[in-house]
Amino acid sequence: MVNQPQFSFPWTRRYRLALLVLAILLPTTLLLGAGIGAYKIAPLEIPAILLKGEGVEYQVLTALRFPRVLGAALVGALLAMAGAVLQGLFRNPLVDPGLIGVSSGAALGAALFIVLVPGSASLEAYALPVWAFLGGLLATQALWWIARTPFGTQVAILLLAGIALNSLVGAAIGLLISASTDQQLRSLTFWTLGGFSGVTWRLLLAGLPFALLALCLLLPLARGLNALTLGEREAFHLGVDANALKRQAVLGSALGVGTAVAMAGGVGFIGLVAPHLFRLVAGPDHRYLLPGSALLGSVLAVLADLLARTLVAPAELPVGILTALLGGPFFLYLVMRFKKEVYRA
Amino acid sequence: MRTAITLFCTGALTLAGLAWAQPFRAGDTPAKGRQGTASAERIVSLDGISTEILFALGMGDRLVGRDDSSLYPPQALRLPSVGYQFRLSAEGILSLRPTLVVGRDDVRPPQVLEQLKAAGVKVILYQNEPTAEGAKRKIRLIAQAVGRTQEGEFLVRALERDLLALKAFKAQNAPKGKLRGLFIYARGTQTTFVCGEGATPVGMMELAGLENAAQGIQECKPMTAESVVAARPDVIVVFKRGLDSLGGLEGLLRLPGVAQTPAGQRRKVVAMDDNYLGSFGPRAGRAALDLFRAAYLQEGFVEVAPR
Repeated sequence: MVNQPQFSFPWTRRYRLALLVLAILLPTTLLLGAGIGAYKIAPLEIPAILLKGEGVEYQVLTALRFPRVLGAALVGALLAMAGAVLQGLFRNPLVDPGLIGVSSGAALGAALFIVLVPGSASLEAYALPVWAFLGGLLATQALWWIARTPFGTQVAILLLAGIALNSLVGAAIGLLISASTDQQLRSLTFWTLGGFSGVTWRLLLAGLPFALLALCLLLPLARGLNALTLGEREAFHLGVDANALKRQAVLGSALGVGTAVAMAGGVGFIGLVAPHLFRLVAGPDHRYLLPGSALLGSVLAVLADLLARTLVAPAELPVGILTALLGGPFFLYLVMRFKKEVYRA
Repeated sequence: MRTAITLFCTGALTLAGLAWAQPFRAGDTPAKGRQGTASAERIVSLDGISTEILFALGMGDRLVGRDDSSLYPPQALRLPSVGYQFRLSAEGILSLRPTLVVGRDDVRPPQVLEQLKAAGVKVILYQNEPTAEGAKRKIRLIAQAVGRTQEGEFLVRALERDLLALKAFKAQNAPKGKLRGLFIYARGTQTTFVCGEGATPVGMMELAGLENAAQGIQECKPMTAESVVAARPDVIVVFKRGLDSLGGLEGLLRLPGVAQTPAGQRRKVVAMDDNYLGSFGPRAGRAALDLFRAAYLQEGFVEVAPR
């Protein structure tokens, strides 16, 4: 006797369990991130310090650590979710938000601002994120315009256009670098290496509406992406408006990645690694994958930042180095496994 | 699932809208009772020159932290470093529990300064001017901030004496014509820059009576063979560590273009201690005098150690 519910039960349970574990893990890492740092504060004293509401410890916690940890969580969630959606959209496990040119577009916006706007240094903290965001959005818009054909948007063209856009933008940034002064160059390197040490409440709150909008654009795509895994034509026959889906996916991920770059600069690999990790521990169903990788991305970003700011305290490592150190070998492992599965080599 | 998502999103966006309308600002709640009292008890210096000035003022024992560029005096190396001054983090600095932070006004990221001030730390910033006047301004500013105005004036007067001695020495040994000096910044043969206006070592060369050969170059630009030949330098000035990274004098002369210059043909190269050449602080007058001697009165390759 074959019992249908029994067949699907373990999978659903696995997904739910993974989500539950992550939902518990995220607040734990947030607390961990808020509790540990270069400035030594005994964890048990934190409630008392917060209740007192003044003093250096209070400032360190509320003005430095809380926005930083929350910012890292938000950026991690955005990158991971955008990564998961784009991997689903392109039906390609090796897609990263950086690949279709959104990240570099945002970086170009930032570079343009630093080098071409006179007196930019004083405005940096406030206006830079806006420019980065605009750059990301423009890049996506250009990409969209290039990839549109009379027969709808072609994913292959989108991917190729993204790669071309990436190298174009890279050249433009290179030009700007050669035209920049010492001081501008410093701002540029700070930006391209990425990091959360500049995240303040102001920056966090300025990015929050865009971030939430992006998450809300991306989360409802799960069913459509599930159908799309069968192929575009099959998805169409299942009643999915493929073009609307693509539009929403690209817009949402541009918004998300643009906001993430605006807040923390170029933080790599989270968008690639988080969705894959969730697929490994739970499975590929987008209904669980999207929220799951967002949670996982948050956890990873907060942990990477925690290591970045404590390993060499009182100095700090660029967080991009840590994510690349974690992500690089994992990416290679994925490629090797892919090779093994497909070519049996 | 769908309704849950819609509900979540509407709620979240409403909350975000509220947050957008009334941003909480860290600056609104300064720590109380911290300002003005004993502000120079624990000092973190974010620049090599401010570290040097603080030690010269006799405040070395109050320093609790430095940045990566603070390499002089040698005692400074015992202090923990908060990293590169253009890659700072407020918490790292605060973890040293400073009451005063001194540094350049263009540290990165700029938010760090606001965060330090919000935590009740006094922050003193100065402009990085590669001139003797700039050095005096820095000394006075820092001396005043740590309550050592008297000692600061001594330092300024000593610097002025050094500058007078430099002037007198230059007058006595008046060169027939100004030599053209070219500063080359190197970190290995693949990383070579030519520096012009606005760069600190070039300011030092000008103080030492050398003409800047790299005309039309703002700060530092990647070095090309033709630009070196076109600059026609009579003397090439490098950091000691820069020369070491090239493999010594021979390595420098092998760089494309260098052998074709008057300086290259006469092997006229001055290698100067990094912090000595690169700092417009209390030692600026002496450093310029040493550079003048090395460039005008000595032949061939000269190495200048700090004194």
